[in-house]
Amino acid sequence: MGKRLAGMFWALLFLAVPVLGVATFAIAPSINVWLPKDVSEHGRNIDSLFYFILVLTGVVFVATEVLLFWFIWKYDAAKARGPATYIHGSHTLEVVWTIIPAATLLFLAIYQMNAWADVKMRRPAMSPTVEVVARQFEWRLRYPGRDGTLGSADDLFLVNDLHLPIDEDVLIQLKSMDVLHSFFLPHVRIKQDAVPGMKIPVWFKAREEGAFDIVCAELCGWGHYKMKGRVTYESRAKFDAWLERKYAEQEATQPPAEAADVALAR
Amino acid sequence: MTPPTTSPALDHVHVTVPAHGHAPQGGLSHFLSTYVFSKDHKVIGLQFLFSTLLWFLIGGLLALAVRWQVAWPWSPVPVLGKLFAQEGGQMAPEFYTMLFTMHATVMIFLVIIPILAGAFGNFLIPLMIGADDMAFPTLNMLSYWFMWPAFIAFGASFFVEGGAAAGGWTSYPPLSTNVASSPGSGWGQTLWLLGLTFVGVSSMLGSVNYMTTIILMRAPGMTMFRLPMTIWAMFITAVLQAFALPVLTAAGFMQLADRLFATGFFSPEGNIVNNAVPGPGGGQPLLWQHLFWFYSHPAVYIMILPAMGMVSDILTCFARKPLFGYRPMVYSIAGIAGLGFIVWGHHMFMSGMNPALGITFMVSTMMIALPSAVKTFNWLGTLWGGRIQFTTAMLFAMSFVSMFIIGGLSGIFMAATPVDIFIHDTYFIVAHFHYVLFAGTAMGVWAAIYFWFPKMFGRTMNEFWGKVHFFLTFIFLNGTFFTMHILGAVGFPRRLADAYHYETFHHLQPMNAFMTWCAIGMVATQIIFAANFIYSMFWGPVAGRNPWNANGLEWTAPSPPGHGNFDYQPIVYRGPYEYSVPGVDKDHLMQTDPPNAAASAAAATAH
Repeated sequence: MGKRLAGMFWALLFLAVPVLGVATFAIAPSINVWLPKDVSEHGRNIDSLFYFILVLTGVVFVATEVLLFWFIWKYDAAKARGPATYIHGSHTLEVVWTIIPAATLLFLAIYQMNAWADVKMRRPAMSPTVEVVARQFEWRLRYPGRDGTLGSADDLFLVNDLHLPIDEDVLIQLKSMDVLHSFFLPHVRIKQDAVPGMKIPVWFKAREEGAFDIVCAELCGWGHYKMKGRVTYESRAKFDAWLERKYAEQEATQPPAEAADVALAR
Repeated sequence: MTPPTTSPALDHVHVTVPAHGHAPQGGLSHFLSTYVFSKDHKVIGLQFLFSTLLWFLIGGLLALAVRWQVAWPWSPVPVLGKLFAQEGGQMAPEFYTMLFTMHATVMIFLVIIPILAGAFGNFLIPLMIGADDMAFPTLNMLSYWFMWPAFIAFGASFFVEGGAAAGGWTSYPPLSTNVASSPGSGWGQTLWLLGLTFVGVSSMLGSVNYMTTIILMRAPGMTMFRLPMTIWAMFITAVLQAFALPVLTAAGFMQLADRLFATGFFSPEGNIVNNAVPGPGGGQPLLWQHLFWFYSHPAVYIMILPAMGMVSDILTCFARKPLFGYRPMVYSIAGIAGLGFIVWGHHMFMSGMNPALGITFMVSTMMIALPSAVKTFNWLGTLWGGRIQFTTAMLFAMSFVSMFIIGGLSGIFMAATPVDIFIHDTYFIVAHFHYVLFAGTAMGVWAAIYFWFPKMFGRTMNEFWGKVHFFLTFIFLNGTFFTMHILGAVGFPRRLADAYHYETFHHLQPMNAFMTWCAIGMVATQIIFAANFIYSMFWGPVAGRNPWNANGLEWTAPSPPGHGNFDYQPIVYRGPYEYSVPGVDKDHLMQTDPPNAAASAAAATAH
């Protein structure tokens, strides 16, 4: 009897895995430990793919873990009668559980491609809205100014305070001055490493106003944790007004386009 | 050596293996050649086991220090705080980056890889294939002693100026190549690269030896398809090592040259770090990532396949049932190994690599989930219809299956490139690889220790305390690592000394505190394991040759086996999983049980 109880105890411990596992994911959104608010155009695609995979893997997770529990419960040597089933496998089963997952996984891979291409491959034909240059441990920003070209005399230089217009494509030219960094905008589902020696384009369309965090997501040294910026999404009118104001501030405080700054930011 | 009195039907075999010639007993040279510079695979295996378990403790304590900072940033650190008394016991951020770098380095290069291949590969391969030792005993001895320069390099790096390496275990340049970029990029990083090289030499010596031994030294009758899964896994792991490792070794030397001779393989032109004078340039940071992951992705399978093999053997033994789908199990290991070479780019989806290449790597990465799924289904099939005995080893082995399911499924999220955009470098990936490497491999290693301990020391570990150890480890590991999934869903980034000043993450501190408490419990639980291990080595109940009624060849040798392993030449008549064969009066047929014995037993029960 003691042995049978021990077997039940262990079986139930294994049952706790799917029960508590599902419970954790079920509770997480209500305690705000879940996907942060998404204010981008493409983010809903990424989130729905996340949910799709979550449901798919969730079903497999529960099914296999419950089977594991059930076998442990049922085939306890202290409980089951007679000898174990003498069987070396089943060709049919092997074929079934090879082909079904293979087809599912292949489908899953193909199903992702379009969303990936939207974010990383179908670059809008436009000149950069802003250049972001990562540096230990800050985000240096350069707006092209009135003439719309980077590297000209009217460029606007800022640090860590990124503003972008909503409801239109924005194109960011991402560079790094020193080591690897990663430009992570959680609320628009954007992440891209900044690599010294490379100019990497990043684009998206925000669809809601608000101010959010810019996080560095690639280890860049001792100050990695504090490489924080803010991004503000606002209407085109507010954005233009902000640009004008910042430009006026820059004109008032320093000689235009200091040669050293241009050289550094290149 | 005396012939066995309870011989498992070996009486008809008349070939005895003579005890190997030995120096006269006694004296320092005898002690050195037997216990220190031994060429006996079992002694070398145990040397690896003890060394790696000690490093496991160090790696675990490093993890606790990491967890302390994540849960309570900048609060005085208990015990360790004395090291930085001038800062009021607070950990500096560069110290934190060093901690997680060295935690991963120690766990991967000094624990997981050497405990699987070095400790269990060494101890089990000759015993399970019926050989008296490895093919190249001297190389084997060197494979252990080449670990010592690595131990010293990694160990000493904590004490050099600037501290140990702090560029992450992946050591991405320019952070790792440019001395000005971080305090840990000084001598610590150079020693790190040297240590890595020595680990590589050790692995390569082992790998060559394992392949040769398994191909050439199998006992009569031991065909490749009668090998236990442990041996198949060790064999394929050795092949992976042999083909992947040279790339890492070359890359390591290139990085060393970048640091010492300013070769600039990985540095672009005009790369100004911290206002230091730029190097010559002409290199590419992404090149390192490709070379590093070309080794380190196969290495992920080097770190799991042997555990899968050992778990398969343990599951069949305590389910008293043949392995379900032996050949599919072998083919899926081979499939994982083959596909393992063409998935490395999934570590680089966000790296700036050509995004079209990302699509290719996504497809291959998705497909590598297939052999893992096949293995899981076959393990479930093995338990189905079994007669499960709840030994400690079995509990750990079943938990390997349960936990590997989680680690395998969470990998699919990151294989999907669009989803990876959000969860890349967050706690989601931290959850994923801890489920594979801790909840998977480490639990598999514990299963193997409890299972083969009687063969190693001739005594059995205490089952009651073994189960307490299992229960607490299982609870605490899930408390620590499962919660990381939902942290990852918030986008909580890894490697941040303090993330709570971000508006997005400031509310996550209580959850991290909970995880740290669980991690403390998990490490504390290992005191039970250590006590049980040491006590049982000397005072545990004496085990016979075959305490678990298992089928493998290792169980026909004495416990512990003497030099030369077998007192009789083992002859193999069948595969290793003939449990509960109908018509046989006992529930297992050892690989050495002659067919006539089985047949006569069948005849006896038939009437």
